[in-house]
Amino acid sequence: MEQKDYLLEVDNLVKYFPIKTGFFKRTTGYVKAVDGVSFKIERGKTMGLVGESGCGKSTCGRTILRLLEKTSGEVKIDGKDIFALSKEELRKFRPQVQIVFQDPYSSLSPRLPVGEIIGEAVREHGIVPEEEFNDYITRVMEACGLPEYYKGRYPHEFSGGQRQRICIARALALNPEFIVCDEPVSALDVSIQAQVINLLKELQKEFGLTYLFISHDLSVVEHISDTVGVMYLGTMVEFSDTDKIFAKPLHPYTQALFSAIPIPDPDVKINRIVLEGSIPSPANPPSGCKFHTRCAKCMEICKTQVPEYREVEPNHFCACHLYNGQNEG
Amino acid sequence: MAENKKNSAYISAGESRRITRFNRRVTKKLEKARADAGRDSSLYTTVMKDPNNVVEFDNVCTYFFSDVGTVKAVDGVNFSVPKHSTVGVVGESGCGKSVTSLSLMQLLQRPSGQVVGGEIRFNKGDGTAYNIANTPNSVMEHIRGNKISMIFQEPMTSLNPVFKIGAQVDEVTKLHFPDLDDEAVKARTLDMLDLVGIANKEGVYNMYPHELSGGMRQRICIAIALACSPTLIIADEPTTALDVTIQAQILDLLQNLKDKLNSSIMLITHDLGVVAGMADYVVVMYAGRVVEKGTADDIFHHPAHPYTIGLMASKPVVGKKVENLYNIPGSVPNPVDMPNYCYFRDRCEMQCERCSGLYPPEIKISDTHYVSCYRYYDEGELIGYPKSVKVEEL
Repeated sequence: MEQKDYLLEVDNLVKYFPIKTGFFKRTTGYVKAVDGVSFKIERGKTMGLVGESGCGKSTCGRTILRLLEKTSGEVKIDGKDIFALSKEELRKFRPQVQIVFQDPYSSLSPRLPVGEIIGEAVREHGIVPEEEFNDYITRVMEACGLPEYYKGRYPHEFSGGQRQRICIARALALNPEFIVCDEPVSALDVSIQAQVINLLKELQKEFGLTYLFISHDLSVVEHISDTVGVMYLGTMVEFSDTDKIFAKPLHPYTQALFSAIPIPDPDVKINRIVLEGSIPSPANPPSGCKFHTRCAKCMEICKTQVPEYREVEPNHFCACHLYNGQNEG
Repeated sequence: MAENKKNSAYISAGESRRITRFNRRVTKKLEKARADAGRDSSLYTTVMKDPNNVVEFDNVCTYFFSDVGTVKAVDGVNFSVPKHSTVGVVGESGCGKSVTSLSLMQLLQRPSGQVVGGEIRFNKGDGTAYNIANTPNSVMEHIRGNKISMIFQEPMTSLNPVFKIGAQVDEVTKLHFPDLDDEAVKARTLDMLDLVGIANKEGVYNMYPHELSGGMRQRICIAIALACSPTLIIADEPTTALDVTIQAQILDLLQNLKDKLNSSIMLITHDLGVVAGMADYVVVMYAGRVVEKGTADDIFHHPAHPYTIGLMASKPVVGKKVENLYNIPGSVPNPVDMPNYCYFRDRCEMQCERCSGLYPPEIKISDTHYVSCYRYYDEGELIGYPKSVKVEEL
């Protein structure tokens, strides 16, 4: 088997948030936001991470960048264990990994002009010499479809789509290899969404970027990703290539999720699998398989035993008891 | 650089004063006219054009008199909602779809927001109709929540956090049926909770909104909206704040309840997928005007307006692989300073010579399908130009 060049390797990542109550702020429990997630992303590829709100996909993205400290597990970016880096090393490492946030209205400082928003980190990290600084910022802005005269303007003068371009330019200015896109198009209108998605794709081609694309919009994820991971209540339930997972979803949750996508064609009447109830609390997840409370194909074993996350088909991982013993004879 | 300065939102002090003075004069006049009309019931009673419609929007113009100028949020909108059907209103943010529905409910932020022209006719059911624009508040109170009710986008903010769920649903019933005693009201509320699919209804009756999840809260909002079996339900982006799986639940629920209660739904959304699954008729709005309307089949299988076509092409669809998504270039024109020609011309890739002329008229290209675009000028039957209200003449 050929050796693949993985840029990001996440192994059994766990992130718990303590729940503190009472006067002495004693820890009475944990919100298990990310509970043992493993995946890998090849260099230059895009991985989509989907799931309902509260399933831990954003926490996962932030922990990978060490914006949050992990509880346990390992994250390697470009072969480096990022949780082993010292403060100074981490600072030097930061330009390589960037993030684009969901809400372009609150993630830009209202007091800085656009040129400074994009250039601040460039100057701080000394990406280019001072005399080339202006030209460099102009080039980055042009790559993101922002004309040069925007430099002196402030974020409030721009529409949502333009602001998201500024956020992307800010991430791109540091020459990153890896960008976490945390729902970059959810806050935008349909016609503007397409502009931003196309921009992300073009930049990937041009600069060989690797994306972790977090979104709850499955049609966008299908369009942009090479591989897709589906999360439910802090765990990865299914992971595979985009084509495979959309053609033949294995996990009952993925099946339900995909059948709920509204299709813009009045003649298509899909058999919707409507899930009962809503996502359980991550502070007190159900025993056994976390999905068993809402699963239509629930068996006895699901209530007690945690299903193993394993390769059911070549390069198609799934955590479900339904596929126990398959392919193994 | 100088040109950019000119285009920016800068307003001189003198200009600003002029606008403020104008706004004060106009809104005062409109408020007075409305108060006068409200005194005489003949002034707000009209006849429906087609008695099979629940609501008819006839050249409705809703303007906002803001500090930077007059914003024509809704400018000559024509469409109707037939009985027992679902009409989807689609468009980007700022295209006036919410303002259209707020005009119908008379929930506009007055005095700066005003219905300055046209008629909104709401069917009384006895052959006559209310002209909503002139209806006084005292009458509106019996229409709102009773005959027309609204489900808002954010279930998190549209419920009151300090009252129990039960009290909030009770309130609607008590207000519109003052004869019922407390027990009958409670029984009705529990029935409603049952109807919207809440299993633990006795428990939920005594809970506060924060104890429920987003999907449950939206169910409560729907229960409140449906408490009086309204003839029209306005659903303003009812599922935008919810997850896909919960969205499927809520849409299913709305569809079922519509048939049970014999109501009509006006579904406002920007998600073409949601509209396709729910609506019988679709109205596409752009920059305060209806650019295309027709049955769901017309719009989704034979989109005619370049904006509709672009909108469809720019949305990725599961199962259809494309290398690059189509993107509509540019953005919506400034609402304070709308051009004379077609609002979509500057973003349109199919423009022709005629497009530099007046705003295109509405053209009928099939029995149910209407479009406002010059590309069909010679093919279809001309219905008429949208009637804008001249602000200077107010």
